[in-house]
Amino acid sequence: MSGPDFLIHGSEDSVGVVVVESVAKGAVLSGLSMETGAALTITACDDIPLGHKIAVMPISNGDTVLKYGHDIGKAIADIPLGGHAHVQNVKTKRW
Amino acid sequence: MSMAKTFQGYRRENGRVGVRNHVIILPLDDLSNAACEAVGNNIKGTMAIPHPYGRLQFGADLDLHFATLIGAGCNPNVAAVVVIGIEPKWTQRVVDGIAASGKPVSGFAIEQHGDLDTIQRASWAAKKFVQDASELQRESCDLAELWVSVKCGESDTTSGLASNPTVGNFIDKVDPMGMTTCFGETSEITGAELVCQSRAATPEVGEKFLRTWQAYMDEVIEPHKTSDLSESQPTAGNIEGGLTTIEEKAFGNLEKIGKKTSYIDVLAPAEAPTKGPGLYFMDTSSAAAECVTLQMAAGFVVHLFPTGQGNVIGNPIEPVIKLSANPRTCRTMSEHVDLDCSGILRGEMTLDEAGDALLDMTVRTVNGRLTAAESLGHREFVLTKLYRSA
Repeated sequence: MSGPDFLIHGSEDSVGVVVVESVAKGAVLSGLSMETGAALTITACDDIPLGHKIAVMPISNGDTVLKYGHDIGKAIADIPLGGHAHVQNVKTKRW
Repeated sequence: MSMAKTFQGYRRENGRVGVRNHVIILPLDDLSNAACEAVGNNIKGTMAIPHPYGRLQFGADLDLHFATLIGAGCNPNVAAVVVIGIEPKWTQRVVDGIAASGKPVSGFAIEQHGDLDTIQRASWAAKKFVQDASELQRESCDLAELWVSVKCGESDTTSGLASNPTVGNFIDKVDPMGMTTCFGETSEITGAELVCQSRAATPEVGEKFLRTWQAYMDEVIEPHKTSDLSESQPTAGNIEGGLTTIEEKAFGNLEKIGKKTSYIDVLAPAEAPTKGPGLYFMDTSSAAAECVTLQMAAGFVVHLFPTGQGNVIGNPIEPVIKLSANPRTCRTMSEHVDLDCSGILRGEMTLDEAGDALLDMTVRTVNGRLTAAESLGHREFVLTKLYRSA
């Protein structure tokens, strides 16, 4: 069997991590929750490089982004389900 | 997988156990690098470890300079030390500090002699030391006698998902054995500082951690930051790898201390642990070579270094074992990777299996297997400077 395309660290996380190379916009991706083992399927709405984050739920501008079950920053733009979550739309709350 | 309980190490005069048998030629200061390198070239099997500092330092910065050099000389991976400095007084201070460990050490000052005479005298001492060291035998030692440091570098999201948790799994396995371990990287805990505080063994230790972290924020970040640290923490390499914020990096970083283990004390830079076996936090820079150099100076003998995008660091005294879960890094930079744990991301390897594989690679390394960084000649000896010299 082929492995997952993305992994979700904690069960409450709003983002997962792409673990395969070159995900193209429109690709149908299989994901796995590392905490619960639950599988899910999401369609990528951006090109997403290996190791980059994919929104596993719609995230609104200003929302706190959760990974490892923890606050890793805030959205500075709306991010659709399957969108690429990175420096263009997520910012630290620290500096 | 059945795990070794012992390894073959070098027992030193002070009882500590080393995993390498280096004779080092240690400059006190920048001016003495040339003489040290000449001695290292004359006498085969010795190693000069040049560095850029040691002049006109004062106060806490000078104290840290001495602590780092003396700690390097006292590290159990070192059999004997030749110290060369421009002036006799500070040279002797380092010699005396190393001699307190019972280790063979000789010091030479360049003033009133010049480089050539100094090189000749130091070469005679180095020759005796390296021949004596070559007769030392490894003996069977308990794994619990290992001191292991950890620090990650060029992290990306695969670090937080897989290679850092592999180190964490290792820590959770060796802590009950009574091993002494150490993590650091004060700035990179930012965003996860309260979670890190909660991982202290006692409230007092947690308070000590938070004071250390807050002092770093107040004394270093606040006065010197420009707009923000968005291109330093996370680094451009981190961002390329998919890490977006310092908080995300911090929670990934903390995966290195496992799920169960608590740290029992907070160490100053290069300070040796004194509370017995267990996990320690050390106040260090998050720059790879600075952090590993401080941990080495505190007496740690083998280092575990998870990397995402492919940091290539080594250390002259403390072997650095590199692991990566990034399949691209494992493919394009395989000569730097001692343990490929990218199988975790493909669902082919569990964290528990990866932790066992890391323990196995650690045992092989401390028994004498050269790390990738050792075979490639990575000897980054980088002293932490607290402020500019007088």
